[in-house]
Amino acid sequence: MIVAENKPLAEIAELIKDYNKVLFLGCGGCVTVCLSGGEKETEIMATALRLKRKLEGQPLETLTYTLTRQCDPEYVASIENLVGQAEAIVSLACGVGVQYLAEHYPDKWVIPAANTKHIGGSIVHGVWEERCGLCGECVLHKTGGICPIIRCSKSILNGPCGGSQDGHCEIDKETPCAWQLIYDRLKTLNRLDLLTELQPPKDWSKARDGGPRKVVREDVMIG
Amino acid sequence: MSENNFEPKIVAFCCHYCAYSAADLAGSMRLQYAPNIRVIEMPCSGNTDARVLLSAFEEGADGVYVAGCLEGDCHFLKGNFRAKKRVAHVKEILAEIGLEPERLEFYNLSAAMGTRFAEIANEMTERIKKLGPSPLNKAKEGGQA
Repeated sequence: MIVAENKPLAEIAELIKDYNKVLFLGCGGCVTVCLSGGEKETEIMATALRLKRKLEGQPLETLTYTLTRQCDPEYVASIENLVGQAEAIVSLACGVGVQYLAEHYPDKWVIPAANTKHIGGSIVHGVWEERCGLCGECVLHKTGGICPIIRCSKSILNGPCGGSQDGHCEIDKETPCAWQLIYDRLKTLNRLDLLTELQPPKDWSKARDGGPRKVVREDVMIG
Repeated sequence: MSENNFEPKIVAFCCHYCAYSAADLAGSMRLQYAPNIRVIEMPCSGNTDARVLLSAFEEGADGVYVAGCLEGDCHFLKGNFRAKKRVAHVKEILAEIGLEPERLEFYNLSAAMGTRFAEIANEMTERIKKLGPSPLNKAKEGGQA
């Protein structure tokens, strides 16, 4: 899932200071799962900012709603009435949701309430770790299911480097060396032979280096 | 209402298995305690959502507290630890928005602690009296405390 983290309340308060009626819009997708932008978080943020504005003598009227997803045009289009009642929208979704809203409602100011952090998952309740580098050409079948692109600090394909110390990365003693993990896993699976295969330089044009990307599936396109 | 005869409104979210029963016991023991407390029975302190804590302040409470079981005694095992963490988080939100975090507190007690229930009620009432009316209520009254 996409993992996001709320911006500080003071920052959001500053961004909406010129508006008196604001729609706080949650998302039922990834940000609900990572507890930053679901129904509950949307209500908490709206209430906290209402209280803050009341204390400052500039009352804020809020509308709250949580869309099934903010990254599908159909859902974004379904809240036209609600959007029409508000002067601005605060989106608790990831950056995709904010952009979909801005595109669909060109005359409405849309404010991001979250900093979108990474693609990952939870390792324990309350801790989310990055697990995918979105490189566009997956190599996990060569590395025992451990991603060298995002879990190795240098994203190297023929590791480990000289900075691997006792199974940890030189950047931080808490960060495991991805290549140590890869070696351990392949050894367990009796597939160390995979490491004798030298990996050529990666084609980064399939990642962000190639500019904004698009996936086209003509078989599922309608019309 | 002047600051001198200010009688705070305090909402107490009390766990059914401890604080709520302790309130009952305090009554049976004929204990006198501050009448400023509005008790709300919760199935577990861990069920007290951040939204209701903030709403209590928005609806006019001068102080709010959550009372859960003694550590290790939660009927649902970890509810009181979760409530404690949640209260700490809401205190941070209060500080961020400019409302004194001391207006919110978490307490641990058991169903047998009727005297402690009365003490907590008095302690919290004194604390809120010292802090004065919630600035949110002052704002509601147009700056008149």
